Amino acid sequence: MSETPILQLRGISKSFGSVQALADVDFEVRDGEVMALVGDNGAGKSTLIKCVAGIHSPDSGEILFEGKPVHISSPKDAGRLGIEVVYQDLALCDNLDVVQNMYLGREERDWLWRLKEPLMEQRTAETLRSLSVTTIRSIRQPVASLSGGQRQSVAVAKAVQWNSKVVILDEPTAALGVAQTRQVLELVKRLADQGLAVVLISHNLHDVFEVATRITVLRLGRDVGVYEREKTTQQEVVQAITAGIPTKVAGIPTTAPELAS
Amino acid sequence: MGPTRTLQLARRLITAPTVGPFIALVLTMVFFSLKTDRFFQAQNFSLVLQQVMIVGVLAIGQTLVILTAGIDLSVGTVMALGQVIMTKLAVANGVPVVPALLLGVLTCVGFGVLHGGLVTGVRLPPFIITLGTLNIAFALTHIISNDLTFTGLPKLELFWGRTFSISGTDFTYGVVLMLVLYALAWYGLNQTAWGRHVYATGDNREAARLTGINTNRVLLSVYTLAGLTYGIAAWLLIGRTQVGDPNAGQTTENLDSITAVVLGGTSLFGGRGTVIGTLIGALIVGVFRNGLTLIGVSVIYQYLVTGILVILAVSVDQFLHRRNG
Repeated sequence: MSETPILQLRGISKSFGSVQALADVDFEVRDGEVMALVGDNGAGKSTLIKCVAGIHSPDSGEILFEGKPVHISSPKDAGRLGIEVVYQDLALCDNLDVVQNMYLGREERDWLWRLKEPLMEQRTAETLRSLSVTTIRSIRQPVASLSGGQRQSVAVAKAVQWNSKVVILDEPTAALGVAQTRQVLELVKRLADQGLAVVLISHNLHDVFEVATRITVLRLGRDVGVYEREKTTQQEVVQAITAGIPTKVAGIPTTAPELAS
Repeated sequence: MGPTRTLQLARRLITAPTVGPFIALVLTMVFFSLKTDRFFQAQNFSLVLQQVMIVGVLAIGQTLVILTAGIDLSVGTVMALGQVIMTKLAVANGVPVVPALLLGVLTCVGFGVLHGGLVTGVRLPPFIITLGTLNIAFALTHIISNDLTFTGLPKLELFWGRTFSISGTDFTYGVVLMLVLYALAWYGLNQTAWGRHVYATGDNREAARLTGINTNRVLLSVYTLAGLTYGIAAWLLIGRTQVGDPNAGQTTENLDSITAVVLGGTSLFGGRGTVIGTLIGALIVGVFRNGLTLIGVSVIYQYLVTGILVILAVSVDQFLHRRNG
């Protein structure tokens, strides 16, 4: 793990009208770790991610990337920094094939504006191989014909192939069966092993405890603490999700468990 | 790389979406060949192509719009307006032929920009927007022309109706232009990033936007190019009829262009379809009208058949859409 977190959020607040979605939230992720972001529905996970992805702009607070303050105002900005988000249902276009999806919006073309299909096809195959995504029969089949796990794998591969440094996965296993979930979680682990910073948003604490290095808990738009996977239990995290008290000091677990016991 | 390229090309041309429409076209042709001797003749095919020319070019624009999950009900009347402007300016107002043609085309492009602007800016449904412009263009056509038909047109305006001969069969230059436009549309949709973005936007606008595609710019380009095809169709229409007729292009062209697109296998739900399919669809419509005329079926029954055809094709589309989820 490196010293400075690659991505660091400080005191992020965001309201929609009279609804305070995020209040003074701190968050960070380091190279080579899987940082889980958990919380109940409405805790502010998606809003936080959308602030990083350039979909929302925070009302206050700052975003540091590699230690330097940055301003992210569009998905393109995020992409330029090396931040990629894999959205739950909106990652791929069903009508396009695997290669077309992988290069969507960033197609390689020649001076006649013609797409360099063989090049993109070859690189797609390489990317998938490097991530050990081997179950896809043909990279020229439409993604509509892929299984849920394969689709997620393609979506993740699409996100990481642009030399990205931070990959944010929004509920990547939500719609998957047991075997498919395993496939995707293995992929998540491999990304961190390759040195990427991975943010995993999930409802499923089983999944979280299987792959996460650290866990950030959000509750009612505030962060209630960061837990090291190896020093915490599912019970403790559940307590934090349902009854955690916000702390101002990032990186220090709250006293939430004492509340309940 | 050469052989794989060729293989890819071959596979793309024959993959599922265009095979169905092609079989339908062949069956239609076999049917009419058995019904009448006058059908299967080079001169008759040349006639079918000339009859298909206008709807064929309009259907290119319609295909672009429908690929983005939109629809354009105004195609025929916008073309008619363009045609009236081209001919009236040249004949009644003494405008030189080139600016007259340009102004006609620009009017149609203007309608396309208007459609695109309303779809992206105000976020209105294309159906309602183009239902509105259908009436606006219809009214303007009659106001500007004063219900007069313009004759004695300059040669350049009639150019696309001129013919050349290949082994005794006459073809118009307009038919050649139509085929060139189809080739260009095919190139744009299949070989360029722009085309890919059109398909992506049509399938899932939000996903395309989150990927970083400027979907508003894609939609605006689609409606603008569609307007351009209506403008070109207006010029072709003058070549075909040899006059500027305010009543031309307003009866069957709207529905026929949609019928051609749908028969060609393009989904009304957006994101799926090919421009080659549309060409086949336009030929199916043309062959039906031609064949029914040859075997002496009255024009009114042709409307009946076209109506049934389009509903059948849309049903197939709906069925496939449900099956694919």
